[in-house]
Amino acid sequence: MVQTIDRTDDIRSPESPPARGGRSTATSVLVVKVVALGTVIGLAFALLPTLLAQERWGYLTALLLIVLAIVATYATKRGMPAKYLLPGTLLLVTLVVYPAISTVQLSFTNFGDGTRTTQEQTVAQIIGSSVVQSPDAPRYNLTVGTTGSKTDGPFAFLLVDPTNDDQSFAGTADGLEELEDAAVTDGFVVEADGYELLTPVEVNAAAAALAEFTVPTDDGAIRQLGIRQAFEGRTTLQYDQDAATITNTTTDVVYTVEQQGDREYFVSPDGVRLSDQSWQANVGWSNYGRAFTDSRISGDFFKIFVWTVVFATLSVALTFGLGLLLATTLNDPRVRGQKLYRSVLLLPYAIPGFISILVWSGFYNRDFGLINDLTGLDVNWLGNPTTAKAAVLLTNLWLGFPYMFLVTTGALQTIPADLKEAARMDGATGFMSFRKITLPLMIVTTAPLLVATFAFNFNNFNIIFLLTEGGPFTPDNPTAGGTDILISYTIRLAFGAGGAQFGFASAIAVLLFVLTGVIAALQFRYTRALEDVH
Amino acid sequence: MRTVSRTIAALAGVALFATGCGGGGDSGSSTSTPEDPAAAPTAEASGPPTRGDADLVIWTDELKIDAVKEVASGFAEDNGISVDVQAITDTQANFITANTAGNGPDVVLGAHDWIGNLVQNGAIDPLQLTPDQLGEYSDVAVKATTYDERLYGLPYGVESLVLYRNTDLVPEAPATLDDAFAAGQAVVAAGQAESPFNLPVGELGDAYHMQPLYTSAGGYVFGRNAEGDYDPTDLGVGNPASIEAGKKIAALGAGGSNVLSSSISGDNSIALFAAGKAPFLLSGPWARADVEKAGFGYEIQPVPGFAGAEPAKPFAGVQAFFVASKGKNKAFAQEFVANTMNTPEAMQTMFDMAKLPPALTSLQESVGATDPRLKAYLDAANAGEPMPAIPQMAAVFEPLGKAYAAIVGGADPTQTMTATGQTIADAIG
Repeated sequence: MVQTIDRTDDIRSPESPPARGGRSTATSVLVVKVVALGTVIGLAFALLPTLLAQERWGYLTALLLIVLAIVATYATKRGMPAKYLLPGTLLLVTLVVYPAISTVQLSFTNFGDGTRTTQEQTVAQIIGSSVVQSPDAPRYNLTVGTTGSKTDGPFAFLLVDPTNDDQSFAGTADGLEELEDAAVTDGFVVEADGYELLTPVEVNAAAAALAEFTVPTDDGAIRQLGIRQAFEGRTTLQYDQDAATITNTTTDVVYTVEQQGDREYFVSPDGVRLSDQSWQANVGWSNYGRAFTDSRISGDFFKIFVWTVVFATLSVALTFGLGLLLATTLNDPRVRGQKLYRSVLLLPYAIPGFISILVWSGFYNRDFGLINDLTGLDVNWLGNPTTAKAAVLLTNLWLGFPYMFLVTTGALQTIPADLKEAARMDGATGFMSFRKITLPLMIVTTAPLLVATFAFNFNNFNIIFLLTEGGPFTPDNPTAGGTDILISYTIRLAFGAGGAQFGFASAIAVLLFVLTGVIAALQFRYTRALEDVH
Repeated sequence: MRTVSRTIAALAGVALFATGCGGGGDSGSSTSTPEDPAAAPTAEASGPPTRGDADLVIWTDELKIDAVKEVASGFAEDNGISVDVQAITDTQANFITANTAGNGPDVVLGAHDWIGNLVQNGAIDPLQLTPDQLGEYSDVAVKATTYDERLYGLPYGVESLVLYRNTDLVPEAPATLDDAFAAGQAVVAAGQAESPFNLPVGELGDAYHMQPLYTSAGGYVFGRNAEGDYDPTDLGVGNPASIEAGKKIAALGAGGSNVLSSSISGDNSIALFAAGKAPFLLSGPWARADVEKAGFGYEIQPVPGFAGAEPAKPFAGVQAFFVASKGKNKAFAQEFVANTMNTPEAMQTMFDMAKLPPALTSLQESVGATDPRLKAYLDAANAGEPMPAIPQMAAVFEPLGKAYAAIVGGADPTQTMTATGQTIADAIG
């Protein structure tokens, strides 16, 4: 009898979970899913009140979209590719795309030191800072009272004049009047009819409402000073909103808004600025224009760009060369103590770069440094542009070769041993087999890493800044130094002399991004050509 | 079974929803109960600085945090509030950014030359001290913290450069800089030291430390206008006086007597002096701890000038308390700075624990009487000129420093100073 094998069971429903043990797996998976999704939704709910209170509609929408995307992807059974792609995409969007978009937005403004606030805030700060105390008025001891609520008022200043026999006054929005029937202890009003007194903490909590409150007098107004004092003073500046001018009431000078450079200031008819405070404004493409037309930048740019490319290329080449050399040497099975060598050679990679680079900069000191001491030379390493460049490359070699050593060791293991054996049988010497077999295979495997290392060193701010701060400067050009790369140069331009200029720095960052991206894309295309050979 | 697991799933989901909702309610409110005893102030020296939930948040640095905590906890007890004192690095930049975002502290401690930049960003509020109260502080301290005719900071410490001398190597005090250089070179020639005069230059120069020599040789950085404020249009770098000063400095560098060298920088000048490898050190009160630890006999004097030239006028730096413009507790901040900190007792506490030469005149007299070294710091500070606080000063330090480094390295002083003056003028705009 031929037993027909019943295959229908297998082909019936490939998606139904296997029986018995499978059911508890399905339940635990379901529980994990619910816990994870619930946490995500719970986090969103936790953030909602804060976002609503601060009226951040953009962030709120983004948050809701993200939560929706997560729930939609993981709660249903469909969309399998999305389940794998979603976390990476979300991280890419939030950590790469969004900051890039913010940088581009910032590059069209003049945001920086002196332009961090809006025009209203700047005007309010200028006016608020212009209060001048009346020289003859006394300092009052203050107790804040209210006839209504403790947070919104209406408030009254219950004042005691310590210079005038502790006479007490009540100051309201209508003016100052004498206060009868007030209990004064130690120079402060402790009880007054019709007023509820605020404790220091309540006074602090009501600060927003109290900031607007002043008691008008003949000579100005009485204002709060801290918790326990009040003084009489005048604002010397007044803002005319319709005309957008500020008038100095003592000198009668009218300050109007004038554009100076990429900022607007309040300037008197004589050209004297009222204050160095400006406000954030949109400047369009002028930051980009400045990057291309500023004579200081265009003069030095090409020289620095060439050195940046040379520095990045040499860094990659030298570290890869040394790493590969060490890896092939130590890969030989005849070498003893491989693990010991490997651990010691990894040390430069393990020490934090900040510390090691600063220590290296001490080595290069002409009179007291280790290198001149040991070799007996008297080379001014960091004072001469050429030797400073050599110093930077040397230190970068020391910092970078362990990484390449690790990578090439790993790549070497992947090359099958029979390839080398076959080459040996065909009569290739050691070096020829290395050059023709090992090296091309190595480069194909490590090409993406080399491109990435190039891009990293293209913008390797740390080593330049910590070792030489841009390198030796000539007296007629203090902005571009001998070892400056593009990023250190532009950071000096953006954050050096004129205070922090974030708008300009963002424009430079975008330009560098485009530059590095183009170079990296070209390199990838070239390395893909390598792969086609194989 | 499937029904049970579905129910479990549904319940778990509801429970997590509820947790999220419950957690959301508390996140908006801040905690400040009057019953709280003065909360132990916390120190946070790493990570992005943020303000906590305390009623008064003060930012300072590692050197002063203990002193400030002492005064602040007294204030907290008196008013029944909680105070948080935090140690921050890179304070100026972090403060401006945090304050603009509304997350900054209520009070911040800093140097007076921040004032120009802070006011430009609208980050601090002026203080309202009476003229009597202001008269209690030394002139240089008041001049330094006054900007645009308003008082922006409460000074608590003054510092400026002084000349440290290793009395084992050079027993006599030099009357002029030339005497000091000669004595230093004699010591090096005798093989007892490696560097005749430790003035930090480095590869990038140091305009702050070179200032006494520059002013004694006749140069100035910014002139003063009619009101006595620094005038950004009157740049002293690049004019004939500065070129003469540059020539005098060049005579001390690689092209001349080799007294100054770019191998000495901020990294090693104090360490070399403390190791006994140099007879003279030009530095400030911050070097005192290291020098005392070294154990040898040393003396301090105000920096002398060149022989037959003007007196040396080092930059005076004043440390002050500032009130943030967008702090959440401005009332407490003003109260703390203008009333609590502004007392001899609080200033005494600051001096005892932070060891910075005080700005309060009565305190200067009392501590100067007992400690002659401290008197030397105070005399030097009172004789100095406050560092210009105007924002244009930021465009001066780096190029001028690089000019000094080049001159000390042997470059032509006329060309260097003229070129640097042009660069600075362009940068100021």
